[in-house]
Amino acid sequence: MKIDISHVAKLANLKLSPAEEKKFGDQLDEVLDYFTKLNEVKTEIVQPIDHITGLENVQRQDVAQPSLSQEEALSATRKTHNGFIQVEAILESGDH
Amino acid sequence: MVDVTNLTLQDASKMLSSKQIKAKELTEAFLDRTKKLNEKLNSFITITEDIALKQAEKVDKLIEGNQKLPPLAGMPIGVKDLFCTKGIKTTAASKVLENYVPAYDSTVVSKIKDSQTVILGKTNHDAWAHGASGENSDFGPTKNPYDLERVPGGSSSGSAAAVASGQCIAALSTDTGGSTRQPASFCNLVGIKPTYGRVSRYGVMAMASSLDTIGHMTKTVWDNAQILNVTAGNDTNDATTSPRPVEDYIKEIEKGVKGKRIGLPREYFDGLDPKIKSVIDKASKELENLGAIISDISLPHTQYGIATYYIIVPSEISSNLARYDGIRYGNGRDSFGAEAKRRIILGTFALSSGYYDAYYLKAMKVRRLIRDDFVNAFKNVDAIIAPVSPTLPFKIGEKVNDPLTMYLADVYTVNVNLAGIPSLTVPAGFIDGLPVGMQVIGPDFSEKLLYQIGSAYEQKTKWYKSKPNI
Repeated sequence: MKIDISHVAKLANLKLSPAEEKKFGDQLDEVLDYFTKLNEVKTEIVQPIDHITGLENVQRQDVAQPSLSQEEALSATRKTHNGFIQVEAILESGDH
Repeated sequence: MVDVTNLTLQDASKMLSSKQIKAKELTEAFLDRTKKLNEKLNSFITITEDIALKQAEKVDKLIEGNQKLPPLAGMPIGVKDLFCTKGIKTTAASKVLENYVPAYDSTVVSKIKDSQTVILGKTNHDAWAHGASGENSDFGPTKNPYDLERVPGGSSSGSAAAVASGQCIAALSTDTGGSTRQPASFCNLVGIKPTYGRVSRYGVMAMASSLDTIGHMTKTVWDNAQILNVTAGNDTNDATTSPRPVEDYIKEIEKGVKGKRIGLPREYFDGLDPKIKSVIDKASKELENLGAIISDISLPHTQYGIATYYIIVPSEISSNLARYDGIRYGNGRDSFGAEAKRRIILGTFALSSGYYDAYYLKAMKVRRLIRDDFVNAFKNVDAIIAPVSPTLPFKIGEKVNDPLTMYLADVYTVNVNLAGIPSLTVPAGFIDGLPVGMQVIGPDFSEKLLYQIGSAYEQKTKWYKSKPNI
């Protein structure tokens, strides 16, 4: 099994240099080889783990609680505009 | 005058409440040592001198006013830089968040603040907690105070080095696959990895959400129990926390081990370095002399732990780190270091279309078998003792270019996280001047028992009294 590094990097929104692709490729091939060890374990009738200590359906009342102000929530944001986070344009002008 | 930086939390608390020392004097002594040693050890990313001194003065006012002091009042503590601290830079030891200042406190930080702790600063670690040596920090490796050429363990490298060298009296850490226990073991400290869901992770950068736990590092077992008394409990901001009531971990901590059944899992000893094996064998003899009943047990799926863990972890990492896009806060994804990139790639692959069943689902099934091994073992024994690390603290640079070898360093710690159960590590001796730790592992929510066993062993051996020459 080999990982198509450039395809996976695109899925993960990571830009890798050719040197990184080569290095990670070699290192991760070795790791994937190691994973084949799990094929020795029969798991046809085993239930996968969900929550490890068995909690399920944790709910709370839908009541408003004090929270961060807009100013605090934006305090670590570099580019803001009128109290909003400013992002790069996704659509070109002329798109509808 | 005693050197207060050598004190345990228990003794420092007593001196403070009996007015033998002022909180400000205590804080100043630790700050001096922190500043003096940080160049050598690189254990702190940020030192919060002004905040610490102001808080210490506040504690002194409480004492002057004869107010009842909360359990951790005035105690100078280091906080792993993975925990959000309101108004204090929180980097996750990554260039992605090198200038990030959170607008809120993590639950654990707000609990220790309510207990009037003095936060001395933010400790270094492997970036995003990915590593077993501290070398993956984007802010440089931390050194082991027992040998500056060696790693202090990881990922909570700075927390361990700081407590061991007397830069702080205790430290907060995390444990996803051994990140508290292995560095505690490499630095002659006590470390707890609580049951999954016992301590809230709200406001702590997520690594692998189905495995992440909060840890504490201290010099003694008593000190550790005192901190867990403050931090444990249900939190509506972390839906994975348990509604079970929290026990008083200090009460009856000296109960002893008489009649306690303790298992030695043979899979953890086959092929173990004979020097480390002899340390653990000696410790099991000590426990036997104290009245414990020792027996051999088997955890048959032990050997599948690393493969299971290193499928689940990168998968969950790739999802958790997807939020760091540089749009709302922090730098862009180009700022991730090599190990984070490697894990994101591996996890994205394992979760991608067509591979989910073969990797993540398979791993979650084997994880069930690993948990069942422990559940079955605890039908016959009350607790298990085991080594923490297959090696002594290794040299800086020795494993850094070989990820698989580095991953295998976690062989004795990851199964506990996969099973969700608690484990306490306590100092168990030295080999060639380097510390060796022992794990005491128990069933879900058995932290109180683990502290009792750890305390009995510690009071007999007192390894914590050995200090590094630094």
